[in-house]
Amino acid sequence: MAKLNSIADLKKLRADLQAQAKAKTDKPLVNVSLATCSVASGGRDVMEAMKAEVASLGLDVNFMQSGCMTYCYAEPTVEITLPGKEPVVFGFVDTDKAKLLVQKYVKEGELLDGVIPVGYERVVL
Amino acid sequence: MSEKKQIRIATRNSGFIDPENIDSYIAAGGYLALAKCIEEMTPAQVIDEMKASGLRGRGGAGFPTGVKWGFAAGYKSDTKYVVCNADEGDPGAFMDRAILEGDPHSVLEAMAIGGYAIGGNKGTIYIRAEYPLAIKRLKIAIEQAEEKGMLGKNIFGSDFSFDLDIKYGAGAFVCGEETALINSMEGDRGEPYTKPPFPAEAGYWDKPTIVNNVETLAAIPAILTKGASWFNQIGTETSKGTKVFCIVGKINNVGLIEVPMGITLKEVIFDVGGGVPNGKEFKAVQTGGPSGGALTFKDLDVKIDYEGLAACQSMMGSGGMIVMDEDDCMVAVSKFFLDFTMEETCGKCTPCRIGSKRIYETLDRITMGQGTMDDIENLKLMSTVIKDTALCGLGQTMPNPVLSTMRVFEDEYRAHVIDKKCPAGVCTSLLEFVVVDEKCVGCTLCAKVCPVDCISGKVKEVHVIDQAACIKCGACLEKCKFDAIIKR
Ligand SMILES: Cc1cc2nc3c(=O)[nH]c(=O)nc-3n(C[C@H](O)[C@H](O)[C@H](O)COP(=O)(O)O)c2cc1C
Repeated sequence: MAKLNSIADLKKLRADLQAQAKAKTDKPLVNVSLATCSVASGGRDVMEAMKAEVASLGLDVNFMQSGCMTYCYAEPTVEITLPGKEPVVFGFVDTDKAKLLVQKYVKEGELLDGVIPVGYERVVL
Repeated sequence: MSEKKQIRIATRNSGFIDPENIDSYIAAGGYLALAKCIEEMTPAQVIDEMKASGLRGRGGAGFPTGVKWGFAAGYKSDTKYVVCNADEGDPGAFMDRAILEGDPHSVLEAMAIGGYAIGGNKGTIYIRAEYPLAIKRLKIAIEQAEEKGMLGKNIFGSDFSFDLDIKYGAGAFVCGEETALINSMEGDRGEPYTKPPFPAEAGYWDKPTIVNNVETLAAIPAILTKGASWFNQIGTETSKGTKVFCIVGKINNVGLIEVPMGITLKEVIFDVGGGVPNGKEFKAVQTGGPSGGALTFKDLDVKIDYEGLAACQSMMGSGGMIVMDEDDCMVAVSKFFLDFTMEETCGKCTPCRIGSKRIYETLDRITMGQGTMDDIENLKLMSTVIKDTALCGLGQTMPNPVLSTMRVFEDEYRAHVIDKKCPAGVCTSLLEFVVVDEKCVGCTLCAKVCPVDCISGKVKEVHVIDQAACIKCGACLEKCKFDAIIKR
């Protein structure tokens, strides 16, 4: 990987990465929280279950892992962003609910319970 | 839209980016601050900007970060070190782990900035070995940052170089104290030494060293990208920015929160935390872990910042918040924390080694119903003496749980001593299990389950518990289907 040699290099890389990310927003994005606590409460199983369900329904979905989403009381948590929509975080997701989320929300856009409201402002750089 | 109570600065990326992929961090504006410092600012300007931001250390002591960096920059030396304190030993606190697992690059970036500012080229992250996932993600992050030229030789093509390594702690609480931490990093016993010299003058291998907490570091790239004057708009006169807390215990929304300094306790407990479960009354919250103290239902309007908490004989600490309700006994809570400090004292200084034991024993006596009024006076006296004489922060803050609970709940201590009662119904030695005559139908279930056969009574007649023989296991209370046994 080439090294970055200036702030200009960095800004260009950032712009490219943002453009790539934007190009992907025509597909749903499933982001599973995988910090120690989320893993301990079954986050990895949730990730697997959602991937399997997506495959069996033949959907085209991007997956990513992230760290702590801060909602310990509702782990495992999953954030789903549908094209053109705000991200929605679902809590208390087990493998059954994971499948249901794919069938209902990812595929049909139909909300399920367990949505965690956004109680913060995220500082963006 | 309802007003948002939380502002996420130190935790801005956790849960939003892939911590194992540097591109994800860069897309979120990562390493811009480092590039800006190296290309556009002198080290002195970086330090001035940090001073202007008003950022104070989030590891507990609240020392202004820019000032600390300024000291280290002022000492001449061929080698200087940047140390990240990721020891995180407070029971119930996991902010630093969450940041390291969710956004490791923010810490690396800030360490490199610190190195640039003080004129140092080496950094070490001291992390407890019990954090395997955080360690794994840190290692990946360091490798990727080196590949991209954000760490290592000639960062961003400049003549500034910065190398990072990781050292593992064995999870001793005292090793979070910066001088003990330095001893431990050098392979010596994790015991503190007296300051001065402060680490900024002579720290790791006797070289000028800045020790900073994970959360302090994580905020720095945001501060330098958005500017000191953006950051110092948030917070109070003396405490700028936000603080991350782990809110746990008797609270609905157990989790991580990041709130602006100056938020009231009421807002934290009832708005952000969602209140106390099961309709119970909020009683108190322990901030600052074993070094801190209790804020109580009387302190709901206290503004949470360094000074506000200190005025209540508590402290900011690193960010643990343990919420207690009406069913928690404050004497038992103090005893719990003293048990912790008694276990964790390194034993080097007498006030801490012996003092923690004596305070613990006194609290133990009180919870057993064997305390005297002298014990209460002695607790206060010992606490004050230990605070004044202990060598390091561990001992100096160890009596805080006692002093701060006495501030509001001295009547609860007295109830244990004078009435031999535990008002919250926690201290088993002071409890009685009794049968409510009107409710007892004489089903005999309690007598059958009692392991010491101290319940007597004929079928269909009211049963009686022999208090002298009862071991207070509570089995009868659980078994009774008619609520005919109560604890008092
Ligand atoms: C007993 C004791 C334990 C401590 N544990 C930690 C810790 O786990 N993490 C931490 O960052 N600071 C801890 N500190 C505070 C450090 O000594 C030091 O003040 C801090 O790391 C400085 O960084 P900051 O200025 O960014 O807060 C502890 C202090 C004491 C007295």
